[in-house]
Amino acid sequence: MSVLVYVEQAEGKFKKSVFEAVSYAKAIADQQSTTLTAISIGNVAESELKELGKYGASKVLNVNAEQLVSFVNQAYASVIADAAEKEGADIIVLSNSFSGKGLAPRIAVKLKAGLIDGAVELPSTDGKFAVKKTAFSGKAFAITELTSTNKVIALNPNAFGVKENAVDATIENFSAAIKQSDLATVIKEIVRATDKVSLPDAELVVSAGRGLKGPENWGMIEELANLLGAATACSKPVSDADWRPHSEHVGQTGISISPNLYIAIGISGAIQHLAGVSSSKVIVVINKDPEAPFFKVADYGIVGDAFEIVPKLIEALKAHKA
Amino acid sequence: MKILVCISNVPDTTTKITFTNDNTEFNTAGVQYIVNPYDEIALSKAIELTEGGKGTVSVINVGEASNDPTIRKALAIGADDAVRVNASPRDAYFVAKQIAEYAKDKDYDLILTGRESIDYNGNQVAAMIGEFLDIPSISIIKKLAIDGDTATLEREIEGGKEIVTVKGKFIASCAEGVAEAKIPNMRGIMSARSKPLTVVDAVAVEEVAKIVKYETPAPRGTVKLIPADQATELINLLHTEAKVI
Repeated sequence: MSVLVYVEQAEGKFKKSVFEAVSYAKAIADQQSTTLTAISIGNVAESELKELGKYGASKVLNVNAEQLVSFVNQAYASVIADAAEKEGADIIVLSNSFSGKGLAPRIAVKLKAGLIDGAVELPSTDGKFAVKKTAFSGKAFAITELTSTNKVIALNPNAFGVKENAVDATIENFSAAIKQSDLATVIKEIVRATDKVSLPDAELVVSAGRGLKGPENWGMIEELANLLGAATACSKPVSDADWRPHSEHVGQTGISISPNLYIAIGISGAIQHLAGVSSSKVIVVINKDPEAPFFKVADYGIVGDAFEIVPKLIEALKAHKA
Repeated sequence: MKILVCISNVPDTTTKITFTNDNTEFNTAGVQYIVNPYDEIALSKAIELTEGGKGTVSVINVGEASNDPTIRKALAIGADDAVRVNASPRDAYFVAKQIAEYAKDKDYDLILTGRESIDYNGNQVAAMIGEFLDIPSISIIKKLAIDGDTATLEREIEGGKEIVTVKGKFIASCAEGVAEAKIPNMRGIMSARSKPLTVVDAVAVEEVAKIVKYETPAPRGTVKLIPADQATELINLLHTEAKVI
């Protein structure tokens, strides 16, 4: 019995959310008095793999096959399930990322395992293996018990934090037999906006709504976000009107986020929007309507015109950084 | 082309979520149910792909008879027929297994779902069906085009997108962007009443997970209002008090 964590790489590097998943998996391994093994698939340098030891992975399985250089969930699921069986791992942890969401369910079926997606806490230690997860798009949490022998947990980004727990990681090559039928999906192109912070992983988010009046007014939002090193987001009416791309829409029917800081500018705070952002640690609301429902869930609020306030914040931030 | 669309019956997006029975059950009192919004996108795409006699669209739901109005809504939007697997949808594993069992000998060219249901937000069912049926699954797609036997899909990834192609049968979960959600017209609503809705029995599935309790988020403290003419004070507070910048 041991814990296996899948460490998702992008262009040979691990992101913060991966170190978070390793930290979380290590804490579960400690609860279960067992060890943590990580599995990396794709072309990752040994120095980068060694980094995983810093967060408690004592062994790293390195799968570097030509057919597996880019992410094909079907094939990756086969490799991870195979590794879990060979390692005798009964708890598999991964990040609840876009790729993780396509991967975890397939691993769960292969291992006849219950799956917790969107986990936000460690499992309970009262004899039941129950994990708190987000439900109803952020309006509630469901504490879900996994009753199966094998268990799969997909951890929400920014839910657990990165915790250092240094061990010396031994790196082993792991070769898996890959079925041709697992490679039916062919990746043609990957487009990454490298100059922008990715929204689901972002610690700071600046978001704006209809109060901005038009897409031409987003310059100040982007400037504020750039100064903070924040990602930009928007409300549903804004993405519906094509002022901003759908990938920026946060809320019940967009994406749910839980950054350390969420700044909402010109967003009234409809229940559907709040659902997607209410787990943010600190919420700032800037709105000219003092009755805007968003103020009820905000930590800090400024009642006023965004077109006056945002430029002032930009100046203050420049001064703060200088 | 024969398409199957999986639909989920979920509380309306404006629902205030509460629980009963010592927070172990979702409080359904007064709740309006709708077709899961992402599933509507999937359904709308399926209708688009089959328009002009190019195929058929079936919808499937795992649920009890109380779901029938939601299923009729999907028929009103434009599905040709519907099937309901008569069972309480225990969890994603259970639902995916029921749908896979139903679909395995029906020869669907394409199966679509929404990216997630807005109640349990699992995003599990599509990839689980894919695994049960041993076909490719592509999660959280933003675009889908089909040309002959090859489909081209755009999938969301952190900070970007990935373009993938797949030949043959597959399942995909749809996000915003795949299609505009269609609104049922009067003819659709009238014809929905007479379209076939078949009810089938569920198969036995081992239990792998169960919800033991619900929690609602802790209420936040009261908002600290900063006068508009002192807006720059916010930066100081975020730095020294909230310690987030």
